[in-house]
Amino acid sequence: MFGMGLLKHGKVLLVSAAIALSAGSAIAEQGATLKTVKERGMLLCGAHPGRYGFAAPDAKGRWVGFEVDLCRAIAAAIFGDGEKVKFVALSSQQRFPAIQSGEVDVLPRNTTATLTRDTALGLNFSPPVFYTGLGFLVRKDAGVKSIEELNGAVICMAPGSTTEQSVARIFAQRNLKYTPIVIENNKELASAYVAGRCDALAKDRDALPGVRVYDAPNPDDHVILDGTYSKEPLALAVRHGDDQWYDIVKWVMYGLMEAEENGISQANADAMLKSGDPYVRDMLGVTGDFGAKLGLDNKWLYSAVKSVGSYKDIYERHFGAGTALPLPRGVNKPWTDGGLLYGLPIK
Amino acid sequence: MTMMSEARAGTADLRAHATTATAPGAPASQRRRPPPRRSWNWNDPGVRTFTYQLALAAVLAFVGWYLYDNVATNLRRQNIATGFSFLGEAAKFNISETPVSFTAADSYGRALLIGLLNTIHVSLVGIVCATLVGVVMGIARASRNLLVSKLAGCYVEFARNVPVILHVVLWSSIIRNLPAPRQALDVLGIGFISNRGLTLPVLVPDPAHGAMGLGFLVGAVAAVILYKLIKRHGERTGRYVAPLPPALALVVAATFLPWLLSGAPVAFDMPKLRGFGFSGGMTVPPEFFALVVGLTVYTGAFIAEIVRAGIESVPKGQSEAARALGLKPSSIMSRIVLPQALRVIIPPMSSQFLSLTKNSSLGVIIGYPELVNIGNTIMNQTGQVVEMVTIMMIIYLGLSLTTSISMNLYNNAVALKER
Repeated sequence: MFGMGLLKHGKVLLVSAAIALSAGSAIAEQGATLKTVKERGMLLCGAHPGRYGFAAPDAKGRWVGFEVDLCRAIAAAIFGDGEKVKFVALSSQQRFPAIQSGEVDVLPRNTTATLTRDTALGLNFSPPVFYTGLGFLVRKDAGVKSIEELNGAVICMAPGSTTEQSVARIFAQRNLKYTPIVIENNKELASAYVAGRCDALAKDRDALPGVRVYDAPNPDDHVILDGTYSKEPLALAVRHGDDQWYDIVKWVMYGLMEAEENGISQANADAMLKSGDPYVRDMLGVTGDFGAKLGLDNKWLYSAVKSVGSYKDIYERHFGAGTALPLPRGVNKPWTDGGLLYGLPIK
Repeated sequence: MTMMSEARAGTADLRAHATTATAPGAPASQRRRPPPRRSWNWNDPGVRTFTYQLALAAVLAFVGWYLYDNVATNLRRQNIATGFSFLGEAAKFNISETPVSFTAADSYGRALLIGLLNTIHVSLVGIVCATLVGVVMGIARASRNLLVSKLAGCYVEFARNVPVILHVVLWSSIIRNLPAPRQALDVLGIGFISNRGLTLPVLVPDPAHGAMGLGFLVGAVAAVILYKLIKRHGERTGRYVAPLPPALALVVAATFLPWLLSGAPVAFDMPKLRGFGFSGGMTVPPEFFALVVGLTVYTGAFIAEIVRAGIESVPKGQSEAARALGLKPSSIMSRIVLPQALRVIIPPMSSQFLSLTKNSSLGVIIGYPELVNIGNTIMNQTGQVVEMVTIMMIIYLGLSLTTSISMNLYNNAVALKER
């Protein structure tokens, strides 16, 4: 585990070398990605090496998690089988070179969609699949109730994407001072906070309960401050240049949201094939040729839902009441329930 | 590296020519003969070597160009921004340790500079500490006192057989598990040790300090002259006076005289518990401390072995002769053995210093903001991975070459002078 840092840097180099050596082969041309994936018989997904609820290998080595299931849904839409997918664990530095160089086909890896990434990094983003934002975990005995009381604190964070900038902005806006301690390895980061090196741990809110429950010896000694302090819309990334592939990833995500909104679930997918609603029958490919328009089988969405369920099924499986770390859905529910999920119509 | 060995091969080749040209025993007429006109003759070893080298250089240049062109083409075709203009953009993040001022509004380039300065800082301190530990442990290992040599042996075997990353992580977790600031350990009533590091009082700056610095410089120059004068006087008259004590006294006097004259100002900024930690004084951050200690313990063991090998390379007769002349054991070590051992010690030391500098990148694991740690953040925020990796490679290469060159200069200075 401790060797990971070095390995990672080695891997960044390797990935860079891969970009250097791949003579145009990785370049996404129209339709090339789907063709490559089909020839390979396997979808390659860049995954977080381990984040509670999102992506992690279980005791048997099988990848599980919210983002993992999104990938299985794409695999099911292509192959009719959600198991035809291979997960490649990527650190936060590795992820962009990996998707750019074609080492993975799609990147569902806790990635915040931003303008720079969408443009300068040569990526396209699916609709956000999870809305989160920065939160703070503090020790209860410090008596801190709000972020204003964190003036002068030492704050632990990962060399994340956007975390460091967000913390800098939040503290500058409130004219507060802090000392950042930046540690890449998640376990080391949590242990630095738990040992008391830092007064607060800054992370996406949804990741904090995991630290509190699994890493802290006594979860009751720690509290998550109220409030979400930044916008982190997590989305799936694909390469620029292959619009067909982008459409597939985008519409599988919309499809999972539409399935929830229209009451289709993993359990009733078969029954829904006989639905009296023409829109549902179109979605599931009983009628219409929406799959063919994407370059897939017409049963694309049926296969996806049958294999991992609707957005709701996936959410409940990993963050629901029965899980180790239940996470209220908050804004991650359909717009019809006051949330932000808004699947575009499959018409 | 290839180029270096190539160059070396070239020199060897030239030397070979030189030797044949002036081979001893050759008739004088043959020696003075002008060099034969070079004609394109494949059987001429010089021509052959040159052609091989030219071909190799061409292949290397082509591979380099191919890689560069490929990266550039691929990135351009994917519409990925390339180039180094991002270095001028605002970084928008903060850094815990900044040797020169840095705010979130400063550029990525300046953030990188901070990383470089921190890398140099931690490497220099590490090199000094590792050398001290290594020399002491090396001498101890070569000692005839069994307990001392075995203890030093245990240290060396333990330290060099555990990966350096574990040393660093071990010290980092030891420090992290020290008491919190409120329960900090008191050091002689002046400093505090806590999981936030070692906090010490600092002198409040005073104009007298500048004068003291000037006094020190003047005193140091005068002391060197005095030292040489006394030594020469001793050599001339045969009445030996230890030159060091008066020279040191001169430095001390020159340093403190301006201070006494300006009324001996002493004011300390004492650290006080406030808010989440200490305010005032200065703090050695735990990450810096852990990194220095980890690197020192690890590299010190290798240096100890180099020093021991150097000492053992000096023929026994040297120290026996010195003993027969009645020199003290400490003088034997410092005047007879170590100067000769240095010839063996210096060259492999350079590579230890180089590896220590490169190992300082482990700061990324424990959260010390050195070059790789900050480079990581920049890579993450800008996504310019190829550029950042290139920059970091060039910086480390530059650091290594600088170390190598300085060590070579020092090696030339202490090399056995053949007269």
